Amino acid sequence: MRNGVLGNRQPSGLEIEARRQTVRNYLLLCTPALLLLLLAASGPLLIVVVYSFLEPGEYSGVVWRFSGEAWFNVLFSRDIFDDTVSLADAHLTILWRSVRLSLLTTLLAFLLGFPTAYFIATRPASQRPMWLFLITIPFWTNLLIRTFAIMEVIRNEGILNTLLQALGLIDSPIQILYTDTAVTIGMVYVYLPLMVLPLYAAMERLDFRLVEAGYDLYASRWQVLRKVIIPLVKPGIVAGTILVFVPSLGAYVTPRVLGGGKNMMLGNLIELQFGQGRNWPLGAALSMTLLVIVAIALAYYVRSASKSDAND
Amino acid sequence: MEGLSHKAESPPRGQEAAVTAVEARGVTKVFGGGNDAVIALDAVSIAIRENEFFTLLGPSGCGKTTLLRLIAGFDHPTGGNIVLYGEDISPLPPYKRPVNTVFQNYALFPHMTVAENIGFGLSMLGRPKAEIDDTVDAMLRLVRMEELKNRRTSQISGGQQQRVALARALAPRPKVLLLDEPLSALDFKLRKEMQIELKRLQHETGITFIFVTHDQEEALTMSDRLAVMSQGRILQVGSPREIYDHPADHFVADFIGETNFIDAEIQQVEADAVTIRLPSEKTVRTPLPEDFQPRKQVSLAVRPEHADLTRQPAEGQLSGTLENVVYFGTGTNYFVRLPDGSEFVVRVANRGEGNGDYRVGDELGIAFSANAIQLLRD
Repeated sequence: MRNGVLGNRQPSGLEIEARRQTVRNYLLLCTPALLLLLLAASGPLLIVVVYSFLEPGEYSGVVWRFSGEAWFNVLFSRDIFDDTVSLADAHLTILWRSVRLSLLTTLLAFLLGFPTAYFIATRPASQRPMWLFLITIPFWTNLLIRTFAIMEVIRNEGILNTLLQALGLIDSPIQILYTDTAVTIGMVYVYLPLMVLPLYAAMERLDFRLVEAGYDLYASRWQVLRKVIIPLVKPGIVAGTILVFVPSLGAYVTPRVLGGGKNMMLGNLIELQFGQGRNWPLGAALSMTLLVIVAIALAYYVRSASKSDAND
Repeated sequence: MEGLSHKAESPPRGQEAAVTAVEARGVTKVFGGGNDAVIALDAVSIAIRENEFFTLLGPSGCGKTTLLRLIAGFDHPTGGNIVLYGEDISPLPPYKRPVNTVFQNYALFPHMTVAENIGFGLSMLGRPKAEIDDTVDAMLRLVRMEELKNRRTSQISGGQQQRVALARALAPRPKVLLLDEPLSALDFKLRKEMQIELKRLQHETGITFIFVTHDQEEALTMSDRLAVMSQGRILQVGSPREIYDHPADHFVADFIGETNFIDAEIQQVEADAVTIRLPSEKTVRTPLPEDFQPRKQVSLAVRPEHADLTRQPAEGQLSGTLENVVYFGTGTNYFVRLPDGSEFVVRVANRGEGNGDYRVGDELGIAFSANAIQLLRD
């Protein structure tokens, strides 16, 4: 409210000049980071775009001749004998699986991460750093090793099945490894901290007197959650979902190790083109497709999130 | 809780059928455990009447806010009961108590408009939309905020937020309204306005108000009755006049207004009165206060404005040397050093024609009637 009062006052010319000066100084300060981002992000991206319009080389790499074939192959496949064109079922299946598993991963990460973040945010301020520290412990170990560790847990002779059998809950091992379930478990495990941290950041700023005010005004626990807490921590929810959904969609290591060969996701398909498939342009075109899907999904998500915020 | 219409049915003030709205029965609240345990409330018992403006007054940490939170249901008593109209509500969560709170920093929902904030309670109670809209409009009128109905709460001033917080808490027509230092964030002028506004709202709605403050002046101006609290206990309950004119003990006398303390000796104790000998050898008879433990050495309290100065000390009057004169507009404080070394302040209201021409160093007498003397419990 105090800002509003200040904002309504007409600033003088001197003040505007001073403010411009500040902005210029800040711009100068972030120039190195901007340059790095520009070179390291846009440069390779540009190369990928260019490669997607070239022909694949004999053994790998590209031949510098223009071709739309790679883009055509993203969605369609040409029969090698009679040249009939059909939809590329395999690609669409993989795309659908990627989207489905990523959405599921995001949802599960949210359902697990929300109570966790709430728990940490409601601890006494002196204990919170300890809990956050615990959340970040998995980052200390290499992703590949952690994924293999999960494999150890869920494989047929692994800890989980042995335990369930010892308890007499199941007679024969449940096949979890090399299924979509395994991939989902792995991805939820890997990306959960990325959900917890932004949620926690939003909840830490939450004024818990508002929660008390909700209870005071006859809202039950569930209503307080829906009408007070969730709308107020929405920026954290948006950030957390993006941070989990986007890398899930391009996940590579987890589906490869836990999904075996048959449960490919987009990341694996792309890797395949650059590796054994020796079709760099198709890999590049698939990468760009993924990028566009993510960009559209994000734009739509952020817009609808901010719109419903304005309507509330 | 049944709409605004029953305003007229609430009994007129002063007709003391004295229904008890809220009662604390031996309420104890301990925070923490082991060696860190803090006793916030120590076996507090109090009865607050229907339709009264009741104030819990005390310094910070005295337990007044804890008591309010126990009534609201945010905390639960370690021992004892909170009783609302004869029903023990101690085990109920806040959302099942027909009691609403105005929070110290208002706690308005920042993601809702003014109207949505005010309608929140009724909407959670599942009232029909038409009824909510009507009540919200009535509340906006009541707190004179009609034109800001669709503003966000971040777009209105502190005083306006205060009004919205009041309207939001009054909208569900609670049986009791709890106010937790609601005026402390406002500047002086706005605070004075809101004091009057609060009294008006209480009068118009006929709802029992329980008001928490550490500001003794606020408590005296606004309350029908007040309780003075210190260190988890209630020291005295009474009307502002009773509390101010007849403070029960040292703490109350000292905390509320200014007081001169005089050491005196008891000469004789009767059934309902005592005879006391003042340091000036004069004896006075004064009523026996509640819970008084008869003993020889006692303390008396005399308010500075209940005393007067005289040129010539009369027989049996206190007397001393004028040491300092402080003028403060509406009155003047005279600081008199008594023979035993203690200081006695006499406050004289300034009148147009000027006060007696007292000079520092003058030997003066201090006059006060027996009624001005309050025998303290401790």
